[in-house]
Amino acid sequence: MTRPRAVVIGASAGAVQALSRLLPILPGDYPLPVLVVVHVPPGRRNVLASLFAAKCNLEVREPDDKEPIAPGTILFAPPDYHMLVETDRTVSLSVEGPVQFSRPSIDVLFESAADAYGSGLVGAVLTGANHDGAEGLRALFEAGGTALVEDPASAAYPVMPRAALAFVPGAESVPLDALAKRLLDLAG
Amino acid sequence: MDAEQMDGEQIEDIEIRLLLEALFRRYHYDFRNYAQASLKRRLRQARDQMGLPTFSALQDRLLRDPATVSRLLDFLTVQVSELFRDPAYFRAIREKVVPHLRTYPSLKVWIAGCSSGEELYSFVILFREEGLEERTLFYATDINQDALDAAARGIYPLDRIRTFTENHQFSGGKSSLSDYYSTAYGHAAFDKSLRERVVFSDHSLVTDAVFAEMHLISCRNVMIYFDRGLQDRAVGLFRGSLARKGFLGLGAKESLRFSQYAGSFGEFVREEKIYQRRDP
Ligand SMILES: C[S@@+](CC[C@H](N)C(=O)[O-])C[C@H]1O[C@@H](n2cnc3c(N)ncnc32)[C@H](O)[C@@H]1O
Repeated sequence: MTRPRAVVIGASAGAVQALSRLLPILPGDYPLPVLVVVHVPPGRRNVLASLFAAKCNLEVREPDDKEPIAPGTILFAPPDYHMLVETDRTVSLSVEGPVQFSRPSIDVLFESAADAYGSGLVGAVLTGANHDGAEGLRALFEAGGTALVEDPASAAYPVMPRAALAFVPGAESVPLDALAKRLLDLAG
Repeated sequence: MDAEQMDGEQIEDIEIRLLLEALFRRYHYDFRNYAQASLKRRLRQARDQMGLPTFSALQDRLLRDPATVSRLLDFLTVQVSELFRDPAYFRAIREKVVPHLRTYPSLKVWIAGCSSGEELYSFVILFREEGLEERTLFYATDINQDALDAAARGIYPLDRIRTFTENHQFSGGKSSLSDYYSTAYGHAAFDKSLRERVVFSDHSLVTDAVFAEMHLISCRNVMIYFDRGLQDRAVGLFRGSLARKGFLGLGAKESLRFSQYAGSFGEFVREEKIYQRRDP
């Protein structure tokens, strides 16, 4: 297994609370880029990014298309766009139809990131009330990446983590409060 | 790497390259330098929905059966649009760009990658509201002929009108959207007078050249499907097509920051990705 080079996170219902207990704990010198998909209704831009920019030690942004993925940055998928990773480690955006009823979709981010980073990818599926992320996590796992799932027992909405675990039985189930430490350890 | 070690993923990448090469050589559609990540996803959908086991099988069918091209194009190009999509963009056009355009006796506006016409109708309606329509010629271009045909018809399902109407209002619309369409059989048909000053044409930002001098070019959510080299080509084309101090509007999440031509444009309305050509 190669050393992780990026982290991808997907969350839906309950996302803001869960991410608030995770992202602000990452230190300012966290060495990996963190790409996040949260299911949000289309419309206002930069809402999540500015919310978390105020709480986090890392730089937080909604990327523009073709933005280079820099270490120590948290990138939130813009509302109404899928966010993908290209093999040259830049972000691509797309307005193609919803996947799992969602745009942005967690599956789309995870699958493309698995292509780009292979075994150097860490992915986490957090709280949510649908099944997005399960297929993406499987692609990530099959490419040799590290698959993490928020422990359904502690998740505000356990449906999404449960679906991910059912799809990827080899994924590690981690309680939310232990997740930041796990991401730190994995970054080495 | 050992030949036997090559995994399915890498084989797929080779097949995709060959498929795109076949599409180009046989039919002159050039998708070879589109952004790979989402293209790959849509190609997988095409392969699966056509019930084919591999991209090689898809290539075989494509080479021998021309009917496959337009089916494939519907996967390769993403046809998602809305009237007055991102109302703040159209508001900025109305409030900040239109005052400049008023100073010209005649105007040319290019909607590049117009899809099924929603963006075009937004501009024509806005220009009519602002009293500029009569002096303007609109060019609406795309590579997808089905989309161009739909644009020239201007008929949309009625259930989309609600969003269109809200967007139009938020864009600072000065009239009622219902002034511009009539309804029948669950559809809204936009008035043909809106098309009187429009030229529809098949034009590719990848393979075709400059064709007129424009005062305003709007190209939204088209270049996100290109890789960076191809984006440079398209932006170069826009630069070559713009009149002095002409305007270029992009999608909400597109930027010239990463472009080779960044220096040729000034940010005119930064938040809305509206640029103005700088003089060399
Ligand atoms: C997502 S739609 C954008 C529609 C509209 N501009 C908007 O923002 O609502 C993308 C469009 O770009 C067109 N397109 C793709 N490649 C193109 C090319 N090389 N030249 C011109 N148009 C292209 C597609 O056919 C499609 O209609």
